[in-house]
Amino acid sequence: MPIVLCRVDDRLVHGQVVVGWGRPLDLQRIVLVDDEVRASPWEQELYRMAAPPGMTVEFASAAEAAPQLAAWEAGKERVLVLVGTIALASDLERRAPGRLRRLNLGGIHAGPGRRERLRYLYLSDDELTMLRGLARVGMQISAQDLPTSRAVPLSDLE
Amino acid sequence: MTDTLVGVVVAHGAVAEALVGAAEEISGIRGALIPVSNAGLGREALEQRVAGAVAGHRAVVFVDLPSGSCLFAAMKGLPARENVRVVTGVNLVMLLDFLFHREEEIAAAARRAAEAGARAISER
Repeated sequence: MPIVLCRVDDRLVHGQVVVGWGRPLDLQRIVLVDDEVRASPWEQELYRMAAPPGMTVEFASAAEAAPQLAAWEAGKERVLVLVGTIALASDLERRAPGRLRRLNLGGIHAGPGRRERLRYLYLSDDELTMLRGLARVGMQISAQDLPTSRAVPLSDLE
Repeated sequence: MTDTLVGVVVAHGAVAEALVGAAEEISGIRGALIPVSNAGLGREALEQRVAGAVAGHRAVVFVDLPSGSCLFAAMKGLPARENVRVVTGVNLVMLLDFLFHREEEIAAAARRAAEAGARAISER
Protein backbone atom coordinates (compact mmCIF):
# COMPACT_ATOMS: atom_id res chain seq x y z
CA MET A 1 0.00 0.00 0.00
CA PRO A 2 1.40 3.43 -0.85
CA ILE A 3 2.10 6.43 1.24
CA VAL A 4 -1.50 7.43 1.97
CA LEU A 5 -0.67 10.92 3.19
CA CYS A 6 2.32 13.22 3.39
CA ARG A 7 1.53 15.90 5.91
CA VAL A 8 3.17 19.09 7.13
CA ASP A 9 2.21 19.66 10.76
CA ASP A 10 4.38 21.57 13.20
CA ARG A 11 2.90 19.71 16.18
CA LEU A 12 4.21 16.51 14.63
CA VAL A 13 2.59 13.39 16.11
CA HIS A 14 -0.55 14.55 17.92
CA GLY A 15 -4.27 13.91 18.21
CA GLN A 16 -5.33 15.24 14.81
CA VAL A 17 -2.79 13.00 13.15
CA VAL A 18 -3.25 9.73 15.01
CA VAL A 19 -7.01 10.00 15.60
CA GLY A 20 -8.35 12.52 13.07
CA TRP A 21 -6.50 11.02 10.11
CA GLY A 22 -5.30 7.76 11.58
CA ARG A 23 -8.70 6.15 11.93
CA PRO A 24 -10.31 7.04 8.59
CA LEU A 25 -7.10 6.26 6.71
CA ASP A 26 -6.56 3.09 8.72
CA LEU A 27 -2.95 4.07 9.20
CA GLN A 28 -0.49 1.36 10.18
CA ARG A 29 2.65 3.41 10.34
CA ILE A 30 3.66 7.02 10.83
CA VAL A 31 7.14 7.98 9.75
CA LEU A 32 8.19 11.21 11.40
CA VAL A 33 10.92 12.84 9.36
CA ASP A 34 12.73 15.24 11.66
CA ASP A 35 16.47 15.42 12.23
CA GLU A 36 16.13 16.73 15.79
CA VAL A 37 13.68 14.07 16.95
CA ARG A 38 15.71 11.39 15.15
CA ALA A 39 18.59 12.27 17.46
CA SER A 40 16.53 12.34 20.67
CA PRO A 41 15.46 8.96 22.15
CA TRP A 42 13.31 10.53 24.87
CA GLU A 43 11.39 12.66 22.39
CA GLN A 44 10.84 9.55 20.30
CA GLU A 45 9.40 7.78 23.33
CA LEU A 46 6.93 10.63 23.88
CA TYR A 47 5.78 10.52 20.28
CA ARG A 48 5.44 6.73 20.34
CA MET A 49 3.08 7.12 23.30
CA ALA A 50 0.73 9.10 21.07
CA ALA A 51 0.07 6.17 18.77
CA PRO A 52 -2.72 3.70 19.49
CA PRO A 53 -2.15 -0.07 19.44
CA GLY A 54 -1.67 -1.33 15.92
CA MET A 55 0.01 1.86 14.72
CA THR A 56 3.78 2.16 14.80
CA VAL A 57 5.74 5.38 14.82
CA GLU A 58 9.16 5.44 13.24
CA PHE A 59 11.73 8.19 13.05
CA ALA A 60 14.02 9.18 10.22
CA SER A 61 16.26 12.04 9.29
CA ALA A 62 15.65 13.64 5.90
CA ALA A 63 18.73 11.87 4.56
CA GLU A 64 17.44 8.52 5.82
CA ALA A 65 13.87 9.03 4.64
CA ALA A 66 14.48 10.17 1.06
CA PRO A 67 15.89 6.89 -0.27
CA GLN A 68 13.12 4.91 1.46
CA LEU A 69 10.15 6.77 -0.02
CA ALA A 70 9.93 4.44 -3.00
CA ALA A 71 9.95 1.37 -0.76
CA TRP A 72 7.23 2.82 1.48
CA GLU A 73 5.16 3.62 -1.60
CA ALA A 74 5.49 0.04 -2.82
CA GLY A 75 5.10 -1.59 0.61
CA LYS A 76 2.07 -3.26 2.15
CA GLU A 77 1.66 -0.94 5.11
CA ARG A 78 -0.46 2.19 5.01
CA VAL A 79 2.07 4.89 5.79
CA LEU A 80 1.77 8.55 6.72
CA VAL A 81 4.92 10.58 6.18
CA LEU A 82 4.99 13.49 8.58
CA VAL A 83 7.22 16.56 8.51
CA GLY A 84 7.20 19.68 10.65
CA THR A 85 8.06 22.29 8.06
CA ILE A 86 7.54 23.10 4.40
CA ALA A 87 11.31 23.46 4.10
CA LEU A 88 11.68 19.81 5.06
CA ALA A 89 9.04 18.72 2.54
CA SER A 90 10.95 20.71 -0.05
CA ASP A 91 14.19 19.05 1.07
CA LEU A 92 12.64 15.59 0.59
CA GLU A 93 11.55 16.54 -2.92
CA ARG A 94 15.07 17.74 -3.69
CA ARG A 95 16.60 14.51 -2.40
CA ALA A 96 14.02 12.22 -4.02
CA PRO A 97 12.40 14.05 -6.95
CA GLY A 98 8.85 13.02 -7.79
CA ARG A 99 8.43 10.54 -4.95
CA LEU A 100 5.93 12.64 -3.03
CA ARG A 101 3.01 13.35 -5.29
CA ARG A 102 0.62 14.97 -2.84
CA LEU A 103 1.23 17.24 0.13
CA ASN A 104 -1.26 17.95 2.91
CA LEU A 105 -0.74 21.21 4.81
CA GLY A 106 -2.18 20.29 8.17
CA GLY A 107 -1.02 22.74 10.78
CA ILE A 108 1.54 25.52 10.64
CA HIS A 109 1.12 28.03 13.39
CA ALA A 110 1.94 31.72 13.70
CA GLY A 111 5.59 32.67 13.57
CA PRO A 112 7.94 35.44 12.45
CA GLY A 113 7.11 36.61 8.94
CA ARG A 114 4.08 34.36 8.66
CA ARG A 115 0.61 35.55 7.71
CA GLU A 116 -2.68 33.82 8.46
CA ARG A 117 -4.05 31.98 5.44
CA LEU A 118 -6.46 29.70 7.29
CA ARG A 119 -7.28 29.29 10.95
CA TYR A 120 -4.69 26.55 11.29
CA LEU A 121 -2.27 27.67 8.61
CA TYR A 122 0.19 30.55 8.69
CA LEU A 123 2.70 30.91 5.87
CA SER A 124 5.57 33.25 5.17
CA ASP A 125 6.27 34.50 1.66
CA ASP A 126 9.32 32.24 1.53
CA GLU A 127 7.22 29.21 2.44
CA LEU A 128 4.66 30.12 -0.21
CA THR A 129 7.46 30.38 -2.74
CA MET A 130 8.67 26.90 -1.77
CA LEU A 131 5.15 25.53 -2.17
CA ARG A 132 4.82 27.09 -5.61
CA GLY A 133 8.09 25.40 -6.54
CA LEU A 134 6.79 22.04 -5.38
CA ALA A 135 3.56 22.56 -7.32
CA ARG A 136 5.56 23.37 -10.45
CA VAL A 137 7.25 19.98 -10.35
CA GLY A 138 3.88 18.27 -10.14
CA MET A 139 3.09 17.94 -6.46
CA GLN A 140 -0.60 18.31 -5.62
CA ILE A 141 -0.80 20.61 -2.62
CA SER A 142 -3.79 21.40 -0.47
CA ALA A 143 -4.49 22.52 3.08
CA GLN A 144 -6.80 20.38 5.20
CA ASP A 145 -6.51 20.02 8.95
CA LEU A 146 -8.91 17.08 9.22
CA PRO A 147 -10.59 14.71 6.75
CA THR A 148 -13.96 16.21 7.65
CA SER A 149 -12.94 19.73 6.64
CA ARG A 150 -12.67 21.17 3.15
CA ALA A 151 -9.43 20.73 1.23
CA VAL A 152 -8.19 24.18 0.21
CA PRO A 153 -6.00 24.22 -2.90
CA LEU A 154 -2.69 26.07 -2.91
CA SER A 155 -4.09 28.67 -5.32
CA ASP A 156 -6.55 29.77 -2.62
CA LEU A 157 -3.76 30.33 -0.08
CA GLU A 158 -2.05 33.11 -2.00
CA MET B 1 10.30 30.09 44.27
CA THR B 2 6.92 29.97 46.02
CA ASP B 3 6.41 27.38 48.77
CA THR B 4 2.82 26.48 47.98
CA LEU B 5 2.31 24.36 44.89
CA VAL B 6 0.54 25.70 41.87
CA GLY B 7 -1.19 23.57 39.26
CA VAL B 8 -0.81 24.28 35.58
CA VAL B 9 -3.54 22.71 33.44
CA VAL B 10 -2.49 22.21 29.82
CA ALA B 11 -5.21 21.00 27.48
CA HIS B 12 -6.86 21.16 24.09
CA GLY B 13 -9.32 23.88 23.13
CA ALA B 14 -11.20 25.42 26.06
CA VAL B 15 -10.80 22.40 28.36
CA ALA B 16 -8.16 23.91 30.66
CA GLU B 17 -10.02 27.14 31.27
CA ALA B 18 -13.28 25.28 31.87
CA LEU B 19 -11.72 22.82 34.32
CA VAL B 20 -9.94 25.56 36.24
CA GLY B 21 -13.11 27.63 36.38
CA ALA B 22 -15.13 24.70 37.65
CA ALA B 23 -12.49 23.72 40.24
CA GLU B 24 -12.36 27.27 41.54
CA GLU B 25 -16.14 27.45 41.65
CA ILE B 26 -16.39 24.28 43.70
CA SER B 27 -13.42 24.83 46.02
CA GLY B 28 -13.50 28.57 46.46
CA ILE B 29 -9.73 28.52 45.99
CA ARG B 30 -8.72 30.94 43.28
CA GLY B 31 -5.40 31.64 41.65
CA ALA B 32 -3.80 28.27 42.44
CA LEU B 33 -4.52 26.80 39.03
CA ILE B 34 -3.23 28.27 35.78
CA PRO B 35 -4.97 27.25 32.54
CA VAL B 36 -2.99 26.89 29.32
CA SER B 37 -4.68 26.08 26.01
CA ASN B 38 -2.84 24.72 23.03
CA ALA B 39 -5.28 26.43 20.67
CA GLY B 40 -3.51 28.20 17.85
CA LEU B 41 -0.05 27.45 19.19
CA GLY B 42 2.77 25.56 17.53
CA ARG B 43 5.15 23.38 19.50
CA GLU B 44 7.64 26.05 20.52
CA ALA B 45 4.98 28.60 21.42
CA LEU B 46 3.17 26.07 23.61
CA GLU B 47 6.41 25.02 25.29
CA GLN B 48 7.12 28.66 26.07
CA ARG B 49 3.61 29.16 27.42
CA VAL B 50 3.99 26.18 29.76
CA ALA B 51 7.51 27.23 30.79
CA GLY B 52 6.20 30.70 31.60
CA ALA B 53 3.38 29.29 33.71
CA VAL B 54 5.64 27.08 35.85
CA ALA B 55 8.45 29.62 36.19
CA GLY B 56 9.10 30.58 39.79
CA HIS B 57 6.78 27.93 41.19
CA ARG B 58 6.81 24.43 42.51
CA ALA B 59 4.29 23.16 40.05
CA VAL B 60 2.31 20.11 39.05
CA VAL B 61 1.42 20.23 35.37
CA PHE B 62 -1.86 18.50 34.58
CA VAL B 63 -2.31 17.42 30.97
CA ASP B 64 -5.49 16.17 29.28
CA LEU B 65 -4.24 13.41 26.99
CA PRO B 66 -1.52 10.90 27.88
CA SER B 67 0.29 11.85 24.69
CA GLY B 68 0.40 14.57 22.08
CA SER B 69 1.22 18.25 21.94
CA CYS B 70 0.18 19.19 25.48
CA LEU B 71 2.13 16.37 27.11
CA PHE B 72 5.08 17.10 24.89
CA ALA B 73 5.12 20.74 25.91
CA ALA B 74 4.91 19.74 29.57
CA MET B 75 7.66 17.13 29.31
CA LYS B 76 10.00 19.08 27.09
CA GLY B 77 11.75 21.03 29.81
CA LEU B 78 11.16 18.54 32.59
CA PRO B 79 14.68 17.15 33.00
CA ALA B 80 15.86 20.64 33.91
CA ARG B 81 13.02 21.30 36.35
CA GLU B 82 13.33 19.62 39.74
CA ASN B 83 10.27 21.44 41.01
CA VAL B 84 7.84 20.21 38.38
CA ARG B 85 5.87 16.98 38.04
CA VAL B 86 3.49 16.02 35.25
CA VAL B 87 0.19 14.17 35.64
CA THR B 88 -1.86 13.10 32.61
CA GLY B 89 -5.58 12.47 32.18
CA VAL B 90 -6.65 15.53 34.13
CA ASN B 91 -10.17 15.58 35.53
CA LEU B 92 -12.07 17.69 38.02
CA VAL B 93 -11.67 15.30 40.95
CA MET B 94 -7.92 15.30 40.42
CA LEU B 95 -7.76 19.08 40.51
CA LEU B 96 -9.94 19.35 43.59
CA ASP B 97 -7.72 16.90 45.47
CA PHE B 98 -4.69 18.89 44.41
CA LEU B 99 -6.15 22.20 45.52
CA PHE B 100 -6.55 20.96 49.08
CA HIS B 101 -3.05 19.40 49.31
CA ARG B 102 -0.79 22.08 47.95
CA GLU B 103 1.39 22.15 51.05
CA GLU B 104 2.59 18.62 50.45
CA GLU B 105 5.88 17.59 48.94
CA ILE B 106 5.57 17.87 45.16
CA ALA B 107 5.89 14.20 44.21
CA ALA B 108 3.40 13.21 46.89
CA ALA B 109 0.91 15.87 45.80
CA ALA B 110 1.19 14.78 42.19
CA ARG B 111 0.80 11.10 43.06
CA ARG B 112 -2.21 11.55 45.30
CA ALA B 113 -3.92 13.80 42.74
CA ALA B 114 -3.36 11.18 40.04
CA GLU B 115 -4.74 8.46 42.30
CA ALA B 116 -7.78 10.55 43.24
CA GLY B 117 -8.50 11.23 39.58
CA ALA B 118 -8.21 7.56 38.70
CA ARG B 119 -10.50 6.51 41.58
CA ALA B 120 -13.19 8.82 40.24
CA ILE B 121 -13.59 6.76 37.10
CA SER B 122 -16.19 4.03 37.44
CA GLU B 123 -18.99 2.25 35.66
CA ARG B 124 -22.31 1.73 37.38
